[in-house]
Amino acid sequence: MTSQAATVGIQEKSGMDPKKLGVWTASVGIWFLPLLWIDPTTYAVLTVAGLAMGMLIFLTASGLTLIFGLMDVLNLAHGAFFVWGAYVGFSLLNALQKIGWVEGAGAAQSIGSVMLCLLAALVVGGIMGIVLEKMLVRLTYGSHLKQILITMGASLILVEVLKVVWSPNDEVVIVPQAFQGSWDVMDVIVTKFRVVAIVVGLAVLAGIQLVMMRTKLGIIVRAGVENKEVVETLGYNIRRVFTGVFCAGAALAAVGGTMWSIFKEQIHPAMGEENLIFALIVVIIGGMGSVTGSFLGAIMVGLAFNYVAYTLPPLALGANIMIMAVILLIRPTGLMGKD
Amino acid sequence: MAEAILSLERVHTYIEQHHILQGVDLSFMPGQATVLLGRNGAGKSTTLRTIMGLTPASSGSITLKSQAIQAMKPYEVAKLGVGFVPEDQAVLYTLSVEENFRLAMLTENESAWARMETIFELFPDMKKFWRSKAGVLSGGQKQMLAIARAFVNDHDLLLIDEPSKGLAPIVVDHLIESINHIKNHTTVILVEQNFYMASHVGVAYFILDDGRTVHQGLMADLVHDEGLKQKYLGIA
Repeated sequence: MTSQAATVGIQEKSGMDPKKLGVWTASVGIWFLPLLWIDPTTYAVLTVAGLAMGMLIFLTASGLTLIFGLMDVLNLAHGAFFVWGAYVGFSLLNALQKIGWVEGAGAAQSIGSVMLCLLAALVVGGIMGIVLEKMLVRLTYGSHLKQILITMGASLILVEVLKVVWSPNDEVVIVPQAFQGSWDVMDVIVTKFRVVAIVVGLAVLAGIQLVMMRTKLGIIVRAGVENKEVVETLGYNIRRVFTGVFCAGAALAAVGGTMWSIFKEQIHPAMGEENLIFALIVVIIGGMGSVTGSFLGAIMVGLAFNYVAYTLPPLALGANIMIMAVILLIRPTGLMGKD
Repeated sequence: MAEAILSLERVHTYIEQHHILQGVDLSFMPGQATVLLGRNGAGKSTTLRTIMGLTPASSGSITLKSQAIQAMKPYEVAKLGVGFVPEDQAVLYTLSVEENFRLAMLTENESAWARMETIFELFPDMKKFWRSKAGVLSGGQKQMLAIARAFVNDHDLLLIDEPSKGLAPIVVDHLIESINHIKNHTTVILVEQNFYMASHVGVAYFILDDGRTVHQGLMADLVHDEGLKQKYLGIA
């Protein structure tokens, strides 16, 4: 019995049989396919744009997938955290503009403004998450229908309140000086803020992985995803862990909103719902509950959206839904989902 | 006579509309291993789950070290020093063996790691598969992990639900040995269908039938009481 288990362990480690290798090569190779009809320079620009977009979607999707994996809660109010984060960042940028930290600001001030905006969004999103979880979501554990209805309702109210507090119209977001414009890397135009988005996305991924893999809290959360009852009988208040994860997820979505607003240089109240669609696609592609899966899914969606939007603009969103459908056909639980 | 570490009085438990426990009275002496016996569906597992607060009692009282715990949540009961080993080798498959133990340590201090040394002596496989995912362990090893995990906190009381289920006889012997070692340090309450295991671990016993306590006594007497075994346990 012992030796059998040992063999299994060794096989898991050596991994990569030829078939698996083929699948991986094909799935990476497919992203070079657009080179057949898009010239390399444009392809490079689109790739950077796609990666940046993917990273930003990942910020929203990572929280969504954790909340689903751990709490089995489908949170459709996630888009509301996103849009509130965007507006908080927008207002703070306007305020910082008055002291000259935005347009015409130096590099340090520009970085400072963006950091402050992200921090503000993090706090506002986190507080909204705690309140929503304690007031509403807590009442609906175990019933997906109730969760969908109540989080959808909360989302509508939050967006309406946002229209009252700010305005129902599109607003232009001013971008801190140091992040305006672009770099020219061998004829490839790289918009500066896209690079920032990629860096922030990677940092968040690294941060989440660090917490999940290296800390006790991470062990508790991963264990909770697998078996809540065992975690509870080992002496942990799983409800408190739920609130914490919901809070963190909401905060990440709000940070995503702020990043998105600077990325797009404009905001409007419906942007939360638009982003939620992408995030949901990403979470489903990646496998409900898997952060790494969400990251891969987000990159795929970001890249596909940009390649298709360049080739056949009306098909951009449809292409992503098609990717989702194909992946679900091959792997019904998503890329990294549990069986 | 010493005071009971845990006692249940007229405990009733419903699971949905089903009246599972219909007045269970039990008391457990500190430092003693007690076995809950009874047929399938007699309410043995539900009794353990009710003590833990997983299926809360609807009436009656549960007293742990002179503290009423019937209204407590599972994590609160656990923090009072009750370890629970659920049935079906409930280890966390996606976590490594190490992470399973770290999760179980409520405080990761030196004394907890010192106890790990004893655990490694008792269950050498735990050391061998320390970095492996618990999911690759064999059934017996998973059960060892589930029990060893509950042992890491120096609990006063350990509830073990059917550890022998689905295990080969030789593994059951190892289990008996380990639990007999554990019971030197802690009070053990064992639910067990396997009479061989029950009689080799238990000092005292209770028999449950249809959600009620119907008999109690010392294991040494039950072993020879063919009539009682036939009536409630269906063994000749």
